[in-house]
Amino acid sequence: MTAIELPAAPSRWRNISLPWTVPAGAAIVLFWIALALLAPLVAPFDPIAQDLSVTLHPPEAGHWLGTDNFGRDVLSRLIWGTRIDLLMGFFGVLFPFIIGVTIGAVSGYAGGIVDAVLMRLLDVTISFPFFVLIIAIVATLGPGLSSFYIALALVGWVSYARLVRSQFLVLKQSDFVLAARCLGFSRVRIVFKHILPNAIMPAVVFSMSDAVLDILLGSSLSFLGLGIQPPTAEWGLMIADGKSFIATAWWISFFPGIAIIILAVGFSLLADGFAELLGAKD
Amino acid sequence: MALLDVQDLTVEFGTRAGTVRAVDRVSFAVDKGEIMGLVGESGSGKTVSCRAMLHLLPAWQVRRASGRAMFDGQDLLTMDDAGLRDLHGRRIGMIFQNPASHLDPLMTIGRQVAEPLIYHQGLGAKEARAEAIELLRQVGIPDPKRAADAYPHQFSGGMKQRAVIAGAVACRPDLLVADEPTTALDVTVQAQILRLLLDLRDRTGLAIILITHDLGVVASTCDAVTVMYAGRIMERAPKQELIRAPRHPYTKGIIRSQPSRAEPGRPLDSIEGQLPALTSLPEGCRFNPRCAHAIAPCRSGEIPLEPVGADHDAACIRWRELQGAAA
Repeated sequence: MTAIELPAAPSRWRNISLPWTVPAGAAIVLFWIALALLAPLVAPFDPIAQDLSVTLHPPEAGHWLGTDNFGRDVLSRLIWGTRIDLLMGFFGVLFPFIIGVTIGAVSGYAGGIVDAVLMRLLDVTISFPFFVLIIAIVATLGPGLSSFYIALALVGWVSYARLVRSQFLVLKQSDFVLAARCLGFSRVRIVFKHILPNAIMPAVVFSMSDAVLDILLGSSLSFLGLGIQPPTAEWGLMIADGKSFIATAWWISFFPGIAIIILAVGFSLLADGFAELLGAKD
Repeated sequence: MALLDVQDLTVEFGTRAGTVRAVDRVSFAVDKGEIMGLVGESGSGKTVSCRAMLHLLPAWQVRRASGRAMFDGQDLLTMDDAGLRDLHGRRIGMIFQNPASHLDPLMTIGRQVAEPLIYHQGLGAKEARAEAIELLRQVGIPDPKRAADAYPHQFSGGMKQRAVIAGAVACRPDLLVADEPTTALDVTVQAQILRLLLDLRDRTGLAIILITHDLGVVASTCDAVTVMYAGRIMERAPKQELIRAPRHPYTKGIIRSQPSRAEPGRPLDSIEGQLPALTSLPEGCRFNPRCAHAIAPCRSGEIPLEPVGADHDAACIRWRELQGAAA
C-alpha cells in the first residue's frame, strides 16, 4: 500500500492562525474577571460607605476617579460593580442558553408537530417587543436580580432556539449523521455525540454578544430603577445616580459608562474571533 | 445460499407529481466474498435500492418499499428499525462517495473508528483506541498512532476514505455497501482505495456491493455486474462475460462510451439523449427512446429479464438478432 504523507505533528489548530481578536478580547474579559474576584483587595474604599466630608470631589489623589454626591469613592464602586455586572452577563446568558439549546434541539430533530408547536411558542414570544416584555416581567415580579434572570430566561431563549434548530435541521440530514446511522448508533447517541457538538457552535458565538446585551440591559433596568437597588454598586445604577450631576460632576456617570464600553468591546472581540475561527474551520 | 438475496425490490416515492417508482422489481444476489458491481447513470436507482434496503431513506419520502431482501435468513425490508440498527455497523457496513462530509468534523479520526467498537463490542476506551490504531494501519494510513489524534480536516480525501473504511469494517461486517467510494477521489487514489477493498475481501471474506457509474472500476474490481437503467435491471452477468459479450444495447453503449476507449481525432462514443424522468417513463423498454435498435414491440408491454447465457440475463427482446451488432 502506497504511503501518503500525513502533515507533521497534528494539533487541533495547526493550520489556523488565531485571529488577534481572541487574545485581545480574552485579555479584556480576564482583566474584568480578575478585578471582580480581587475586589476586596483592590478597592481602596468600602463601596457603600458614605463620607459626607468629600462629596462630589473630582478625580484626585486618594479618590482617583472622584467621589459621588454621598462622598462614596467612584473607583471602589466601579470595582465592586464589576462583580454584579459580570454575574448579570453570565447568568443572563446561561439560563436562556440552556433553555434555548434544548428547545431548538428537540424542535429541529423531532420536526413535525413538535416542531410546529415549539416554533409557534417562539413566534408568540418574539411578537412582543423585547425590552417592553422584559420590563413588563420584571415590573410584575418586582425589581431585583432574580426577576431579571427569570425575565431573560423566559424571553432570551428564542435566539438560541432558532440558531440551534436551524443547525439541527441541516445536520440531521448531513452525511456524517447518515454515516453514524450506518454504524448502527442509537438516536440518542447520534444527537448528543455527533449533532449537538456541531450544532452548538453558533449559539456559543452568539452568547458572547448576548452577554454584552444582557449587561447593558441589566444596567438599563438599574437605571430605570427596576434592577439592582441602591446602595449596591452597579454600573448602570451609578450612571443613573450621576445623571442629575452630569453638568457639575461628570465623573460619577462617565467612568462606569467607560467600564461598560470596555467590557462590551472585550466580549465583542471574543465573539468576532470565535466566529472567524469557526468560519476558518469550515 | 447467497449472503444477500434481493427479490423484486420496488421502491416508490411520493412526490408532488404523484407516486413515482424509483426502483422497479430489482433482483440481485451477493455471495460471501463476492464483489458485485451495481452500475448505472446517476438517477438509475442503484443508490436508492441499497438505501431502501438498509432503511436509510427518510420515512416521509418513501411511499412503499416492497419485495424481499434476505440477509442471512432475515428479511431486511420487514425488519423494524431497532433490528436493523443491530445489523448496521456490526454486520453491514456502508461507505460513501464523499468521505469528507461523512466524518464528524469535531471528533478525532481515532475516536470515530473506535466508536463502533465501543458501541457494538463493548470495548473499553483504551482497547478500542488500540484496535482503532491497528485498523488505521490495516487500511494503509501511515503513522496510525498520530493519525488517530488528527481531525478530519487534516486528512486528504484519500486518507479520509481510508478512515471511513476503517470505521465501516471495524466490527468485521459480512457485507459492505460501497456507494461510489472512489468518485470524489483522484485517479491514483482511486486505484489505491479499490486495491484496499480487494485486499479486505481477500483477507476477511467480506462481500461488497460496489455502486458505481465507472466501468473501469467494475473491470478492475468486481466479480459480477448488475446494470441498472431508470429503476430496472437491464443486464446482469459475471464481469468477464459482461465485458466480453454484452447483450443489452445499453450495456454495449456504456462500454463503448468509456473514456479509456477514446482515440485521437475521433469523437468519443456516447449514448444520445438522457435518462427519462421517473414521472414520465416510456412504455415498454425504458431504454427504447435512446436505443438505435428499438422497434415497435420495444415500445409496448413488459420487457422481461431473460437468460442469455450461463448466469447471464438481459432485458432485451432483440438480443439474439443484435449479437454481432454494435450499440
